[in-house]
Amino acid sequence: MKPLFLALLWLIGGLLFLHRGVAVAAEDVFVNDGLHDPQGPSFHELQRPTEALAGFPPDTVGNKVRWVNALRDGLINPRTNIVPETKIQVLDMDIIFGNTGDNAFVRFPHRAHTEWLDCANCHPDPFKEKFNTSGIKMSAILEGKFCGKCHGAVAFPLTECARCHSIKPDSFRGQLGAQSVKKP
Amino acid sequence: MKCNKSVGLARSGIGVAVFRLAVFLAIPALVAVIVLGGSPARAEYADIVINNYSDAAGMRPAVFPHWFHRIRFRCKVCHADIGFKFKAGGNEINMLKIINGEFCGACHNGEIAWTVDNCDFCHSGKPGTPTQVHGSTVQKLQKPATQPATQPAK
Ligand code: HEC
Ligand code: HEC
Ligand code: HEC
Ligand code: HEC
Ligand code: HEC
Ligand code: HEC
Repeated sequence: MKPLFLALLWLIGGLLFLHRGVAVAAEDVFVNDGLHDPQGPSFHELQRPTEALAGFPPDTVGNKVRWVNALRDGLINPRTNIVPETKIQVLDMDIIFGNTGDNAFVRFPHRAHTEWLDCANCHPDPFKEKFNTSGIKMSAILEGKFCGKCHGAVAFPLTECARCHSIKPDSFRGQLGAQSVKKP
Repeated sequence: MKCNKSVGLARSGIGVAVFRLAVFLAIPALVAVIVLGGSPARAEYADIVINNYSDAAGMRPAVFPHWFHRIRFRCKVCHADIGFKFKAGGNEINMLKIINGEFCGACHNGEIAWTVDNCDFCHSGKPGTPTQVHGSTVQKLQKPATQPATQPAK
C-alpha cells in the first residue's frame, strides 16, 4: 500500500504545483506582493514591472533583468545627473581577488559599476583604494557589508556565486589585484 | 525509499505505474514552480518600504520602486548627488524635507517628475508593513515568512 499512497501524494502535490505555477504567472504581481495595498486609490495607476521590464534582457533572479546588458546594449539610457556640475567618471579596471578558499577567484569590474555609480559610493567606505586592504570576507558580504551592500538588496543577489567567483584559478595567469586600466 | 520501492515492485504493478506517472508529472511541475512561481513578485526586487512615520501619521507607508527609477536614473543621481544613504529608512525623510526639495522632492517638484500632490502614488503600501528592502538576501535569511510560501508540501 505504501508506494501507492506515496505515488498519490506525489501526483496530488505535482498537480497542485502545476496549477499554482500557471495561475500565478497570469496574476497581477502587485496583488499579494506583501507591499502594496490594493485598496490604495492609485493602486491601478502604478506601473507593473511585468509591463515596464518586458522587453529587457531576461535574468532568472532579482528584477529578472540583466541590467548591465540593458545599459550596454542601449535599451535604457538612464540620466547620469540632474545638476550640471556632476562629474561623470567611468573607470575600466578589473580587480581580481584570490582569498576565495576552494572557490573560483572573484573578478570585480570597475567599468560595470562606474557606469551606474560614483566613486564616492564605494571609496573610501566600504572599500579602500588599495588592493586587499579592506578586509572583505564572504561572511560579512552575506550580512550586507562590502559587495553585499548592493548585491542582495538592489543589484543581482548573493545566490549567484559564479557571477562574482568567475575566474578559474588554474587558468588564471596574471597577478591578483588591480589589472591594467583599459583606455576606451 | 529504496527499500519501499522494491517492495512495491513485487507487490503491485499499478503502484509502480502510478508512481512513475506521478514522478513524470511532478518533475516538470516543480520546474514550473521554480521558474514561474519561484516568486513572481521578485520582479519587484529592491522595492523599498519606508515606514518610520507613516503608520503613526495615519498614512499608508511609502513604497519606492528601484526598478522604475533605475530605468530613468543612474544610482549616482540619488546616492551621490541627492545624497540618499544606502539604508532603507536611514534618511529620516519627511514631508517638510520633500516639499523643501530634498530627497524625493529633488525630482517630485513638478519639473523632473510630478509634484507631491499625488500622495497616493508614493503612499501606496499596505498599512503596517515595516521598513524593508523587498526580496533582499538579508530579509530572506532573517525572516523567510515575509515571502510567499513556495516550499514543497512536507
Ligand atoms: C532623481 C529623480 C527622482 C527622485 C529622487 C525620486 N523620483 Fe520618483 N519618479 C521620478 C520620475 C522621473 C518618475 C516618473 C514620472 C512620470 O512618469 O511622469 C517617478 C515616478 C515615481 C513613482 C510612480 C511610479 C509609477 O508606477 O508610475 C513613484 C511611486 C515614485 N516616483 C516614488 C518616489 C519616492 C517615494 C521617492 C523618494 C523616496 C522618489 N520617487 C524619488 C524621479 C524621481
Ligand atoms: C557580489 C559578489 C560575490 C558573490 C555573489 C559571492 N561572493 Fe564569495 N567572495 C566575494 C569576495 C569579494 C570575496 C573575498 C575575496 C578576497 O578577499 O580575496 C569572497 C570570498 C569567498 C570565500 C572565501 C572565504 C571568505 O570567507 O572570504 C568563499 C568560500 C566564498 N566567497 C563563497 C561564496 C559562495 C558559496 C557564494 C554563493 C552563495 C559566493 N561566495 C557569492 C564576492 C562574492
Ligand atoms: C562598486 C564599488 C566601487 C566603485 C563605484 C568604485 N570602486 Fe574602486 N575599488 C573597489 C574595490 C572593491 C576595490 C578593491 C579594494 C580592496 O581590494 O580592498 C577598488 C580599488 C580601487 C583602486 C585601487 C587599485 C589598486 O591599484 O590597488 C583604485 C585606484 C580605485 N578603486 C579607483 C576608483 C575610481 C577612480 C572610481 C570611480 C571612477 C572607483 N574606484 C569606483 C570598488 C569600487
Ligand atoms: C554600491 C553598490 C555595489 C557594490 C558595493 C558592489 N556592486 Fe557589483 N554591481 C552593482 C550594480 C548596480 C551592478 C549592475 C548589475 C545589477 O544591478 O544587477 C553590479 C554588477 C556586478 C557584476 C556584473 C558585471 C557584469 O558585467 O555583468 C559583478 C561581477 C559584480 N557586480 C561584482 C561585485 C563585487 C565582487 C563586489 C564587491 C567587491 C561588488 N560587485 C560590489 C552594484 C554594486
Ligand atoms: C514623492 C513621494 C511622496 C509624495 C508624493 C508624498 N509623500 Fe508623504 N512621505 C514620503 C516619504 C518617503 C515619507 C517618509 C515615510 C516614513 O518614513 O514613514 C513620507 C512621509 C509622510 C508623512 C509622515 C511624516 C511627516 O512628514 O509628517 C505624512 C503625514 C505624509 N507623508 C503625508 C503626505 C501627504 C498628505 C501627501 C500628499 C499631499 C504626501 N505625503 C505625498 C513620500 C511622499
Ligand atoms: C531615484 C532615486 C534612486 C535611484 C536612481 C537609486 N536609488 Fe537606491 N535608494 C533610493 C532610496 C529612496 C532608498 C531608500 C532610502 C531610505 O529609505 O531612506 C534607496 C536605498 C538603497 C539601498 C539600501 C538598501 C538597504 O539595504 O537598506 C541600496 C543598497 C541602494 N539603494 C542601491 C542602489 C543602486 C545600486 C542603484 C542603481 C542601480 C540605486 N540604488 C538607484 C533611491 C534611489
